[in-house]
Amino acid sequence: MTADTAAAPAAGAGRFTPAPGAAPMRRMVAAQATLETRTLLRNGEQLTLTLIIPLLLLAAFSLEPLVSFGGGYTRIDFLTPGVIALAVMSTAFTSQAIATGFERRYGVLKRLGATPLSRQGLIAAKTSTVIAVELGQAAIIMAVALALGWSPDASPAAIVVVPLLAGLGTAAFSGFALLLAGTLRAEATLAAANLIYVVLLGIGGVVFPLTKFPAGARPLLELLPTGALSTGLRDVLASAAAFPVKNVVTLAVWAVIGIALAARYFRWE
Amino acid sequence: MVKRYGTLTAVDGLSLTARRGEVTAILGPNGAGKTTTIEICEGYRAADGGTVRVLGLDPARDGKALLPRIGVMLQAGGIPPAVPAGEYLKLLSRFHMKPHDPAWLLDITGLTSSARTPYKRLSGGQQQRLSLAAALIGRPELVFLDEPTAGMDPQARHATWDLIAALRGDGVSVILTTHFMEEAERLADHVVIIDAGQAVADGPTATLTGSAGQLRFRAEPGLDTDSLLSALPAGSAAKESPAGHYLIEVPGGTIEPALLAAVTAWCAERAVLPSSLRIESRTLEDVFLELTGRDLRG
Repeated sequence: MTADTAAAPAAGAGRFTPAPGAAPMRRMVAAQATLETRTLLRNGEQLTLTLIIPLLLLAAFSLEPLVSFGGGYTRIDFLTPGVIALAVMSTAFTSQAIATGFERRYGVLKRLGATPLSRQGLIAAKTSTVIAVELGQAAIIMAVALALGWSPDASPAAIVVVPLLAGLGTAAFSGFALLLAGTLRAEATLAAANLIYVVLLGIGGVVFPLTKFPAGARPLLELLPTGALSTGLRDVLASAAAFPVKNVVTLAVWAVIGIALAARYFRWE
Repeated sequence: MVKRYGTLTAVDGLSLTARRGEVTAILGPNGAGKTTTIEICEGYRAADGGTVRVLGLDPARDGKALLPRIGVMLQAGGIPPAVPAGEYLKLLSRFHMKPHDPAWLLDITGLTSSARTPYKRLSGGQQQRLSLAAALIGRPELVFLDEPTAGMDPQARHATWDLIAALRGDGVSVILTTHFMEEAERLADHVVIIDAGQAVADGPTATLTGSAGQLRFRAEPGLDTDSLLSALPAGSAAKESPAGHYLIEVPGGTIEPALLAAVTAWCAERAVLPSSLRIESRTLEDVFLELTGRDLRG
């Protein structure tokens, strides 16, 4: 590394003459979202969580009959909606909780609080980041699924209902991600977010069908956000359902609860 | 200004004024309330009592109007560890209407060759310099620097002092906290010393240190300073603090040769040999230790 020399401009040269002013909100949000997205894509662990694990599950469970899915689906047709639900959960919940927990720990949120970027602006940037990453995940997962023989059975309404389900799921997961990150220590957030991810992966209808669980447990599992999202996506993408009312309502309720709790308990430092 | 945390009163009726275009240094032992005071001015926390105005605005209520006009350097951290230095400054530059060129700020803080280095891989001094550059990016009217040169090597410290002098020269107001008395003495137009949440001294730097000379010597502890005082010109002050360290001051005047002769004569009468006898002007450090004592703080 070459040695730099710090050299201040001459006093009174006018280089520091004040000219303050906040940039337009949209430019601030775009800049913050770009930086957050780039940081996330550079982070190997986050990328493993958001992309590698869903793709591995998709490939492994579709190529090998590890689980019998039942319900008359081909393996890939059953798996793809579940893996999309998993991708939404990994980005909006696990990845966001961990990233925000460490931002809080490192004082990043505090430092941003002294800039013209408002808290609403920061939340808008985080939301944009999550949506951008999810769109990338969905594109890659669907491309791989198509290559593995995925043939969705969907009504035209899916073009609206899939984004609606994913959007409500994102809102719900984000609320709980911020609740964890804003109340627990960063390490505790890391542990809790990963643990919840693994448990919901197991019981959320992602790769193991909810029909495999005892009949009494199934309605409850479908009330979990992951279960509601995977079941809703599967109904729309594999069974040509027009509008899975129950799953949409379930996710909307989770979203309201999660966001309300986060708004109430989130601590910035 | 009053700020309480539970039963602890961190800032206890503190009152201070920093004038525009000046460098104001806030000094105080650890735990004196410096950072709490600055963070109230930055809008991070609301005071429990009193009135706070920064550039005429209430930081707790008018953050939207105030934040674009100020630059903030936190005592530590605040920069995402994985983000390269140059990228971080570029991000902050997008928050302002007429930002400084990030490349120029990297250059004057000696970080050009570290532009692609993630924050966590910078040395402590480089991290401080990046944090300083970040405080300046939006061409602020007022900057808050919380211990700006902590962890810097002497070269970086001097460069930072030049930078702060240049800010002042261009009409930027600066409020800084520091543990380095030399830093405050060199840079500050105005010094406020706080202890236990109260301002114990507040004035132009030159007035606080004063031109008054002082004479110090060491000798056996417990000499009778009252009898020494009676041997000195009227208006002198003599005290022993800590034990064995004697200090004679002539407030508002200077040490005359006759005074030195009187002190040594008084010692000779008592068969006391003064050592380390020296005549000097008061430094800010003298004032600081006098006002805040020598006990170690949290």
